[in-house]
Amino acid sequence: MDGHALSSPGSLPPDLMIPRLFRINKVKKEVPGVFTWHMTSLDGAPLVYKPGQFNMLYLFGVGEVPISISGDCRDPTKLVHTIRAAGSVTKAMAKLQAGAVIGVRGPFGRPWPVEEVYGSDILFVTGTIGLAPLRPLILEILHQRDKFGKVVICYGSRGTGDILFEEDLHTWRGRFDTNVHVTVHSAPAGYRGRVGSVAAAVRIAKIDGESTQAFVCRSETMTRPAVDALHERGITSDRIWVTLERNMKCGVGLCGHCQFGPTYMCKDGPVYRFDQIQDLFSVREI
Amino acid sequence: MTPSIGSKTVFGKDGLERLVSLLRSQGFRVVAPRHDGVAVVYDEIETTADLATGWTDSAEGGTVRYSQTAGSANFATSMGVQGWKRHLYPPRQLLFSAEKAGSGFRVHEPKRKEAPMAFLGVRACEMKAILIQDSVFGQSGFSEPGYLMRRRAALIIAVECSRAVSTCFCESANGGPVVEAGFDLKLNELADDLYLAQAGSEEGLVLLAHLSLRDPTPAELGEAAGQPEAAKAAQTRRLEPEAKELLARNLESPRWREVAERCLTCGNCTMVCPTCFCTTVEDVTDLSGSHAERWRSWDSCFTIDYAHIAGGSLRQEASARYRQWITHKLSTWHDQFGSSGCVGCGRCIAWCPVGIDITEEVAAIKTSEEATLK
Amino acid sequence: MKIEGLGPLVAEHPFFAGMDPAALEIVVGCCANVVFKPGAFLYRQGEPAEKFYLIRDGMVAIEIYVPGRPPIAMETIESGEIIGWSWLMPPYKWGNDARAADTVRAISIDGACLRGKMEKDRVLGYEIYKRFMPIMARRLSQSRLRIVELATEPSGE
Repeated sequence: MDGHALSSPGSLPPDLMIPRLFRINKVKKEVPGVFTWHMTSLDGAPLVYKPGQFNMLYLFGVGEVPISISGDCRDPTKLVHTIRAAGSVTKAMAKLQAGAVIGVRGPFGRPWPVEEVYGSDILFVTGTIGLAPLRPLILEILHQRDKFGKVVICYGSRGTGDILFEEDLHTWRGRFDTNVHVTVHSAPAGYRGRVGSVAAAVRIAKIDGESTQAFVCRSETMTRPAVDALHERGITSDRIWVTLERNMKCGVGLCGHCQFGPTYMCKDGPVYRFDQIQDLFSVREI
Repeated sequence: MTPSIGSKTVFGKDGLERLVSLLRSQGFRVVAPRHDGVAVVYDEIETTADLATGWTDSAEGGTVRYSQTAGSANFATSMGVQGWKRHLYPPRQLLFSAEKAGSGFRVHEPKRKEAPMAFLGVRACEMKAILIQDSVFGQSGFSEPGYLMRRRAALIIAVECSRAVSTCFCESANGGPVVEAGFDLKLNELADDLYLAQAGSEEGLVLLAHLSLRDPTPAELGEAAGQPEAAKAAQTRRLEPEAKELLARNLESPRWREVAERCLTCGNCTMVCPTCFCTTVEDVTDLSGSHAERWRSWDSCFTIDYAHIAGGSLRQEASARYRQWITHKLSTWHDQFGSSGCVGCGRCIAWCPVGIDITEEVAAIKTSEEATLK
Repeated sequence: MKIEGLGPLVAEHPFFAGMDPAALEIVVGCCANVVFKPGAFLYRQGEPAEKFYLIRDGMVAIEIYVPGRPPIAMETIESGEIIGWSWLMPPYKWGNDARAADTVRAISIDGACLRGKMEKDRVLGYEIYKRFMPIMARRLSQSRLRIVELATEPSGE
């Protein structure tokens, strides 16, 4: 019989639909509606991943959701996920306490580039919960700080009460080699910080457009304005990296749901270089 | 006579019965075309008496008709309602079961203990579809163990077409009608209840060795060679050869809105298509809540929930969903798997309640493009 | 000590880039150099809109009075930008507060005075309007995007 995978008889390939078991050691409430799990595997083995990748998290009898990993990938024994309670599965997950066991499949997805952008100035553009998928990349770039030029983080939230990872932002801002701009949509009168959209911060950030690689993590609606603001600064689409979101049922390119043009977002994404999907991005309901 | 792989032999009607009982005695479930009271489907048979003997069919957009006017022919129906994916990648598959244990739970992988299957009556388009699904499910690093297990254990006995119904277009879609490769045995059903047989593998050869065979006469060879030629000549529908590029550059064609006025988004096309493979998952628990199962089941890109994310469905318009199906099938499938996803069986045309014709839609996109370029 | 004329300061502000020198001279005649301490108001909601400001340094917060709660800051304007156009159209009253978020150095322009001159000198009028339109258009489209963002981004419990 023909077929490359068929020509090797005997053992079957590993079953990618079977979850590994992890225990939640700590539940941290972040901004309203958002929580972070710190987990370790029951079998003690690490989960080695790269920044930008995600896992399919399974809640016994309820369902499975794709969630980006938000931890430091240099410590693969600790698995960290930041989750927003949005649908039925994540709302049920929000009720769990430390000690609960979760099924984990992964890591999946194309990670953010790191070596590929050595030598560039780095600009992060994100808002609300978008900081979570970017956090492992920020940490990794700061681990290798000397390989990059300027590092600027532009973060936006609705108000001062829902700034995600505020402590991390203060730590990063406190470094002499990193610039952090936080913009809120509204604040109590007397607030001394910047009020407006994140794109406004991008417009005035002190960067050299031609040597900058930009990493954008926003909702699909707000990715377009972010890209436009980056273009205005002279950052071309081949130096803009975005992460997108689609319905995912398997995470391994077999259920078909996450298709985005010719790509499967769980395998060819969710990180994309913007010039490679620029045309697709402008087609409605693709 | 001792046949070798590729050499042609002939056996009589008893030979087919012998083949079926031999396979069953070896533990195979023999799946073949049978009439289930409504239509001809591929289902398990115990003897050749269960076959859809004498049944033949006709098809047009939105219509399939069966009539029992084919005498003693066993394989006179063009094809079963669905291809063989129903057996290789069943509509419902248990992915795992789990039960609560202490503060956590245990996961049990599915036992992969199924009887091997012998497919009797596989058409060229269906053979092509199986090979296409092999490349979908056999990708390095991302393969599907259930499909591979069933596929490796399956025996394929192809039967070449001698006719075509009006919805067939395998020739222009490079899906047939000649059965070229991938089979264990290939048969041509000839007049007088004879079968021309050809082994395609060692397994096929071993089966043939149990039958009483003789060399074919020149007339019989001629009759067999003429069958796919007749099937080609009968085809009136043609798939545009440059469909891949044409669709890729016409994502905003006004034709999408036009087809959406007719398309019910019922998903019939995806259910009968032999290469469609989209699935969803479902998590269930028993009443006690301590036992859970995760099931995979067939899904269709035509459902509104298919592209649902927090905030809503990304493909609300029927035009977007139809476009997704046809551009995946004829265009992006090439980018993903290196070939077209369409074998030209025409089931999507016959089983569409409103008779939407995939070949006509591609031709209309081409006409629409030419009109705007003038 | 040489006191620098306002002319060069006004001319170097991005808003007046490329302006006809004669028109620019009329504008300079309506200008003054101002400094606001942190927390000081540039103008207040409901007051007559007499002046507008070119921000040279510092950040200004646009605030709206909301009955029953502290006012809300909903946008900040930074150096290089312009603030205030209510002086251009009736009823010539400010629609919001503008408060210095830190030490703000600005050039104030007497809008009432400039309005009169623009009526008489249509070229001057056109040069001013030509510069205000893109700023207002951009602020409008940015505000629209912010509405979309606030409408589509979940707010949490």
